[in-house]
Parts: sequence; structure tokens; C-alpha cells
Amino acid sequence: MILRALPRLTLALMAGPVLAGLAGTAYPALRDGARAFRDLAAWTGLPRAAALSLGTGLASTALSLFLCTLVLAALHGTPTFARIRSLLAPLLAVPHAAAALGIAFLIAPSGWIARALSPWATGWTAPPDLLILNDPYGLSLTLGLVAKEVPFLLLMALSSINQTDPDRRLTTAATLGYGRVAAFVLTVFPTLYPLIRLPVYAVLAYAMTVVDMALILGPTLPPTLSQQIAAWQMAPSLTKQGTAAAGAILQLGLVLVALALWRAVEVGARRFLTRQAALGHRAAGADLPSRLLALLAAGTLGFGLFAGLAALALWSVAADWRFPEAFPHGISLSAWAIASPDLLPATALTLGIALAATFAAAMLTLACLEAETRFGLTATPRAMLLLYLPLLVPQIVFLPGLQTLALTMQIQGTWPAVAAVHLVFVLPYVFLSLAPAYRTLDPRYATTARALGATEARVFWRLRLPLLLAPVLTASAVGMAVSIGQYLPTLLVGGGRVTTLTTEAVALSSGGNRRVIGTFALLQLLLPALCFWLAIALPRMVWRNRRGMQT
Amino acid sequence: MTLVLENLTVDHGDRRLVSLDLRIEGGEITTLMAPSGSGKSTALNAIIGTLPQGFARSGRVLLNGRDLTRLPTRLRRIGLLFQDDLLFPHLSVGGNLGFALPSGPDRTKRIAAALASVGLDGYAPRDPATLSGGERARVALLRCLLAEPEALLLDEPFSRLDAALRDRTRSLVFDRARNLGLPVLLVTHDAQDADAAGGPVLTPLGLPAR
Repeated sequence: MILRALPRLTLALMAGPVLAGLAGTAYPALRDGARAFRDLAAWTGLPRAAALSLGTGLASTALSLFLCTLVLAALHGTPTFARIRSLLAPLLAVPHAAAALGIAFLIAPSGWIARALSPWATGWTAPPDLLILNDPYGLSLTLGLVAKEVPFLLLMALSSINQTDPDRRLTTAATLGYGRVAAFVLTVFPTLYPLIRLPVYAVLAYAMTVVDMALILGPTLPPTLSQQIAAWQMAPSLTKQGTAAAGAILQLGLVLVALALWRAVEVGARRFLTRQAALGHRAAGADLPSRLLALLAAGTLGFGLFAGLAALALWSVAADWRFPEAFPHGISLSAWAIASPDLLPATALTLGIALAATFAAAMLTLACLEAETRFGLTATPRAMLLLYLPLLVPQIVFLPGLQTLALTMQIQGTWPAVAAVHLVFVLPYVFLSLAPAYRTLDPRYATTARALGATEARVFWRLRLPLLLAPVLTASAVGMAVSIGQYLPTLLVGGGRVTTLTTEAVALSSGGNRRVIGTFALLQLLLPALCFWLAIALPRMVWRNRRGMQT
Repeated sequence: MTLVLENLTVDHGDRRLVSLDLRIEGGEITTLMAPSGSGKSTALNAIIGTLPQGFARSGRVLLNGRDLTRLPTRLRRIGLLFQDDLLFPHLSVGGNLGFALPSGPDRTKRIAAALASVGLDGYAPRDPATLSGGERARVALLRCLLAEPEALLLDEPFSRLDAALRDRTRSLVFDRARNLGLPVLLVTHDAQDADAAGGPVLTPLGLPAR
């Protein structure tokens, strides 16, 4: 039975590349008596690069979790929250690179904010000589990470919050005289946090090791450790690969240290909250300030992201736009005309890779879930951890090894190799997105069909698949968005020769042509948006005459 | 036609949930009556072959002499009506009935005739979600019967209907089953259902319920 073995096969397909990549990274780092580590230690930027990785990672994760909790505590169940909730999915679909570029267009000394305030408020008639972007402390990078991670954590929290019975707990606490925020933090959060712990760890590991956002917003002299590893790995002479591998091992160590630190704080925080709960402080006075702070934070992040994306769009069609004008003098499509010889092939390749990876991921996910249903299998926690592995182990740690393997197999620089690596990152998201809908489909439909004589195949093709059309398409759109946004796997396994919208947008970001950057970033942003739109529109169209299928 | 439960027992851990030894002749309706959570659904699961893991079954289920005990649900030819009509929401009314009808000629005509027989002429292209509760119940019954079952299991199929509708639907289902000579096992916690069925009334452990 092929179907029965597929879940195991899929897990192997997920864990295999990660483990092979780790081995491929460890080997060059450790051969020649660990000479690579001496080379690494000789780099004068190392202590600061390592500190930047730890600092930006921990700070952005802590701030993201704090804001996520604050928004939930102060606003959950209010009409405002419903509006925030409807914005989460579109915000998540924005690729990291496009978000970073949008924020850069906003906060740079010559960015939109400075233009809007000049010269009437600031007196500036030329862009001020301030190091806002690429600041040496990684503050812009932290801000960019927070803007992307808060929506992610909120969505994760919302998907499990109902398991904590929030309404009845909050009501109980309210009848005992507790304020909203205190009630949430003391009665809901302690059971909610364990449910989102894995996503929080993934956010921490990601934030410490991100490369594309760091290239756009992060410090440069020295850069964060992961940026430097990528630079060594891509150095044309191939002499720095040992150093890159040693750096990757160090990076993994740093992530583990940060996770251990986080865990220790978790334990302490838990004790603190438990003690706090027994003290009986109703803390109703905290509600109003918390509410204002939550609104301010959500407003700033949401407005910032949307304004940044609007800035990208505006620059791509701006004719003449001098500092400190708040808007361009005219509209011109010349940037699109100039960029189109590069844009068209990059778009085609981006879509091709994303379609291949997403199709494979959707097939495997459906087969796994179908096997689960038919044979009564259940996903063990260990299996789920293996599935999460490509999201938990930082890309910068195992992708160099995978690149070395791809080189020896002589498939580096081909688009199928890139698509295959994308699959490793696409599949977990497709699975996580589709599994709940699949598992909660009323089993009596299938029983009814079987009682009518339907075979398992008929139940799948005629019932389950059409009934789950909308979730399948949504999961596929998530997969497309994940693939379209991939930077490091495309760069490393593509060997710099597979040019997608994302790699090109990041590569262009160090140059100064905002109009061309705008075209690439805007397309990078529009493709996932289009996928999500299709995922919503297609089921509505197909089921327009079926009221029971409207969601 | 005859449905025989031959020393059928189901245990969950140490607890015996079902113990039935009975014979239902064609046109007869036997009722299982007990409060919810007392093994009624378990008995149905054992008969149609959908017992979850952790339940131990012994004994046999025989339909017209065929031993069903090891057959998958789809080969048992036991029709099933749930509390909810469970019409497939993505198919039209006709599509739902077509799903049940064994392949053969004149499908459209047979579906139309079946609908006409319960006063639903011309309903084939309709979206099931636009039907009233009574209409949906009738379509669900038709869908069940069009698959040409040799026995009928009813899992509280009338409990979601209001009183007037319940009487009408109940007599429709019972009349159809009697006319087709189907053995019927009715699971309910409603004494009126049991009265209307007119046959023996048992608990899932095989004792007289009254």
C-alpha cells in the first residue's frame, strides 16, 4: 500500500534535506582540524555580528509576543479586533523582502515620512545625513521583523485560542471583578502560551538568522552573522565555504543558546504569573492604558506596512519625485518599460518554481491526510516536530551544506533543484493550513456515502475534495506565497543563476534605483495577493448556486 | 429479507455497551431505546462497520444470510439515515440522488420519478440548502433508498423535525420501508417513535425497554 506509507515518506522528505544539509555544513567546518573555526575567529567583526544576531532576534521576538498578547488582551472580542483579524491574512501574504523594502522606502532619510514632514516641520531641503536604515544597532531590522511577526503570532494564537475556553474564563474573571487585561493575562494566556510555543520558537530562530530582511534593513559594518555567512558562501572564489560552514555551526549554537535563555524566562514568567494570580490584584486600572497602547501599536504596524507598500507602488510609476516633495510630479510607466526585459523572465521563473513546489506539496499533504483518514492513523507529536523541522532549523544553518551537496550532484543552479528545496519549506505550511479543515470534515458524510456503496476513491474524489475545495485552494495560496517569498534557498541552491523576483528585489535594494526596486517589489507582492484572491474567488464562483458551500 | 444480529456484543474496556441477539424480518421495525450515551450509536457503528479503535466486537451480523461482519461499509447494503440529513452541500438535489443510484440507464428519469413520488416534482436542479426541513428529510430518505439497500438503520432521524413534520416524515419512512419489505432498526430516545414503529422495543443490552 503506497498510500499507507506516504506519511512516513513525506516526513523523510522533510527531515532528509535538513539532516543532509546539517551534515553537509558540519563536514567542511570540521575537516582539517577545525581550521575553518580559526579562520572564523580571525574575523574582527565576529563578536559584534554574533551579538547583533542575538540582540535583534531576542528583542524582536519578545516585542512581537508582547504586542500580540497586548492586542489580544485589550481587544479580543471587540469590533476593532474583527477588523484587525481581517487584515492578518493579507499582511501575512506580504513577502518579507517586499515588507522590508516598503519599510525602507518609508523610514529612510529620503523616505516618505521625512518627505511628508519636510520642509515645514523639519526644515530639511535635502535628505538629512542620518543613519536610519542599516543602523549599527539593528533597530530598523528589529522594527521590520516585528511588523511581520506580530501578524503571524496573532494568527497562530487565534487558531488555538478557542481551546482555552476564553469567553467563559474572561466572564468568570470579570464577575470576580477583574479588569479585561488582567483577566486575560492571568486566566487565558497561561494555557494559550503552550499552544503557540512552537511558533514562538520558530519566530525566534527565524529572526536571529534572517538574511533578506537583514540585507535591506540591517547593519552593514559588521552585518549580522547570517548575512556574513551568506556572503562567504556566495563568494566567487569558493575559498570561504569552510568559514561559512563554521559560521553556520556557530549560528546554530547561538540559536540554541537563545532558545535555552527563552525557555528559562518562560519558566520564570510562569511562576510570576501564577503568584500574581493568587494575589488577587484586579488591576482594572490597566485596561484603558493597555487599550490605547494596543490600538497605537496595531495602528502603527498596520499603517506602516500598508504605507510602505503604497510607497513601493508609487515609486514604480513616479515620473519626477524630488526631495522634499510629498508626492511625485507625474506618473510614468518608464520604469516598468525599462525593467520589463528582466521582470518578465523573473516573474515566469518565480511562478513556475512556486507552482511546481506548491503542486507537489498539495499532493503530498492530501495523500497524507487521506491516509490518516482511511487507516485511522494519528500524527504523533514526534511526527509533527519532524514536519516542523525545516521551519525550526534556521535556513542559514543547513542550506550551505545543501548547496555543497547540490554542487557535487551538479544540479546547483537549475530551477527544478530550487523548486525541490522550496518544497521543503512549502509543505509544512500547506499541511498546517489544510489539516484542520480536513480533520474536522463531518465523518458522517463519508459514512453516508459508503452506506450508499461508494468506494474510498469515490468518497475522496466526489466528496472530500469538492467539499474541501476552498481550504485546498487557500492552503495552495499559502504555499505559493511561501515559495514566492523564499530568498536564501533560491540564492544558494540556485547558485545566483536562478533569478526570481525576490532575489532580484533584494539584489537591487543596495543600489539606488527606487523606481526599478518598486517594480520588482510590487510584483513580488502582487503575485501572492493574486493567489489568495483566486483562492477566495474560485470556490465562490464554482459554488455560486450552493448556499451550503458559502463560507 | 432478514437482518440477524447473532450474539452481537461490543465492549469498551471492561464495560459492555451492546449485547443483542435478534432477528428482524422484512417490513418489521425493531426499536433500540435508551438515553443518549448508552451504547445506541455503538450498536449502529457495529452493524454498519464503523466501530472506532478501542471497541471490541464479537458475534455476527447477517443480512439475508450474508455474513457482513468483516465487510467494509460500502458492501453491506444497509441504508442509513442520521439525525441530520447530511445532504452533500456541493451537489444539487439530483446530484445527491445520482450519487446513490447504481449505474444504469434512464438515470434522469428515475431521479425525477423518485422525487415526484414524494411530492418534490422538478426539484432535481435545486440547491439542497434552499429546501425546507421536511423536503430535505424526504430527499435524504430517497437518497438512502435509491442505493437499493436490503435493510435500514435509522439513527434518531426524526429528532430534528418539529412535531407535525415529524409524524408525516415518520409515516413516510415507515411506509416506504414496509412496502419494500426492508428490515428496520430504529434508534431513538423518543417513546412516540417507538410506539409508531409498533415492533419490539429493546435496550442496547437486549433487555425489554418497557
